[in-house]
Amino acid sequence: MTGGYLLRRLLAMLLVLAIVSVTVFAITIILPGNAAVMILGEYATPDQIAALGKELGLDRPWHVQYLAWIGSVLQGDWGTSMRLSLPVAQVIGEAFWRSAALAVAALLLVCVVAIPLGVLAAMRRGKLADLCVGGFAYLGTAVPEFVTATLLLVFLAAPERGWFPAGGYTSPGESLRGFLHHLVLPTLTLALILTAHISRQVRSEMSDVLASDYIRAARLKGLPEGTVVMRHGLRNAMAPAVAVISLDVGYLLGGIIVVEEVFAWPGLGRLMIYALQNRDLPVIQAVTLVLAAVYAISNLVSDLVIAALDPRVRYA
Amino acid sequence: MREVLHHPTGLVGAVLLSVIGLAVVLGPWVAPYDPQMFNSMARLQGPSAAHWLGTDQFGRDILSRLLDGARATILFGLGATLLGVFAGAAIGIVAGVSGRAVDSVIMRVVDGLLAVPDLLFTLLIVTMLGGGLGWAMVAVAVAFTPGMARIARSAVLSVRTREFVQAARARGESFAYVIMREVLPNAIGPLIVEATIRISFAIMLGATLSFLGLGAQPPSTDWGLMIAEARQFMFRNPWMVAAPGVAIALAAMGFNLFGDALRDLFDPRSRR
Repeated sequence: MTGGYLLRRLLAMLLVLAIVSVTVFAITIILPGNAAVMILGEYATPDQIAALGKELGLDRPWHVQYLAWIGSVLQGDWGTSMRLSLPVAQVIGEAFWRSAALAVAALLLVCVVAIPLGVLAAMRRGKLADLCVGGFAYLGTAVPEFVTATLLLVFLAAPERGWFPAGGYTSPGESLRGFLHHLVLPTLTLALILTAHISRQVRSEMSDVLASDYIRAARLKGLPEGTVVMRHGLRNAMAPAVAVISLDVGYLLGGIIVVEEVFAWPGLGRLMIYALQNRDLPVIQAVTLVLAAVYAISNLVSDLVIAALDPRVRYA
Repeated sequence: MREVLHHPTGLVGAVLLSVIGLAVVLGPWVAPYDPQMFNSMARLQGPSAAHWLGTDQFGRDILSRLLDGARATILFGLGATLLGVFAGAAIGIVAGVSGRAVDSVIMRVVDGLLAVPDLLFTLLIVTMLGGGLGWAMVAVAVAFTPGMARIARSAVLSVRTREFVQAARARGESFAYVIMREVLPNAIGPLIVEATIRISFAIMLGATLSFLGLGAQPPSTDWGLMIAEARQFMFRNPWMVAAPGVAIALAAMGFNLFGDALRDLFDPRSRR
């Protein structure tokens, strides 16, 4: 891999993050309902709001406020949560790893299930297996996470059956079994939708590849079908699939917010909802930045993986 | 239109959309009960001859509430998408036509905004604006704008250098004329396809916001809100969750299937 390509992608990512930080800041500052209003509540008098606004520095020009904020963020000072009275960095640090566990579990499950499903559908085009995968894909992308989550709760966490807990969290240090037990339903919810989407993408890429001349050549050479599909087919179908998976990370990050809320999983998503409900601006800003950074990094990683899979990309 | 109906997924999509469309137009008239009518004698019932989809915690008829809520839920999806498409198309066309400096500034900002997951973006905006179905619609539209801008721009770029556009410019036509009469009609295909598929996302996002308490408010019959209210009672009457859940899925699937069929027809290369 060439250094120039890596550098260009890194710079692009930093630029994206800079724009995100400005946007997040702008949304929380320019729109009606600034920090002073949020702290004082809707019944405060304009004088009170103005006084507190001055104290918080909200009367300064917005670019001055932005530079002050981003400067301290870059130095590791993420401010103090208005509601929890704890350093934001500490609150987010704990929540981050819980969300990461959920996201990684969901992504692993998706890769293990979605890619074979897609390949199977592509190999049996037009047959029953293909139709089933296709139907599942359409259904899966049409059901929002909160519906899947609630339905899974109804069927798998009903108190009389007691198969899974209806929500909550146990730290793996305390009880690994309890941790995994709580992890199952939220992971299933997230994985269901992503599997639907990704299996469909893998199927369509794989169908194209299997119809290509080099696959016919490989078959005519007399290679066993397994080798044709795995060595010649899947590798070429993987680059676009990786691109889709990385785009789906954005979807996953949105889904995590809802799923954590439904299952009371104390990660970044639940923290975000809590902060939004309590108008805790420093937490809102920080969680948004962290989620956007994760998404930007996953895009960068996927670009690098695609470049490694497909030599045409890195010399383009 | 006829071609869409001959397309297998298009046909299924069209059928689903017709059913949903009937519910939107006729819903309140064909509903067997008043969607807000309490009935303490018939609370949390399963399906029966009197209540086809059962009743909720106040004895309200779930089928009637679904039919009533179709309007709010579907119009939300259409409204949010239309707003987002117009805003996005305007920005994308300006970027695509202006070229170089303006284009790269706009597209860098668009890239930045695309790095914020849709739901998170929507949540941020709707919270700052104060919640409620109207603001939720604006928030979804804003979240859709960067994606639509990107698609509009690339559609414009693909026709900008074509002969008929250059001919119009050479004739000395005004900037607005070139865009409205030459560029837009030839670039509109991808926008329509994307918009159709986005309607299903808008419906799901709107329902999610209502579920989280930031969209429709009680006693609205919004489908997302119905599920939120049902959560307390989900183990006693699963129908309260299942019925609106299936309704949301059917609506979203209808727009998805229809949009996919449109895509195949507009762009035969993507037919697989």
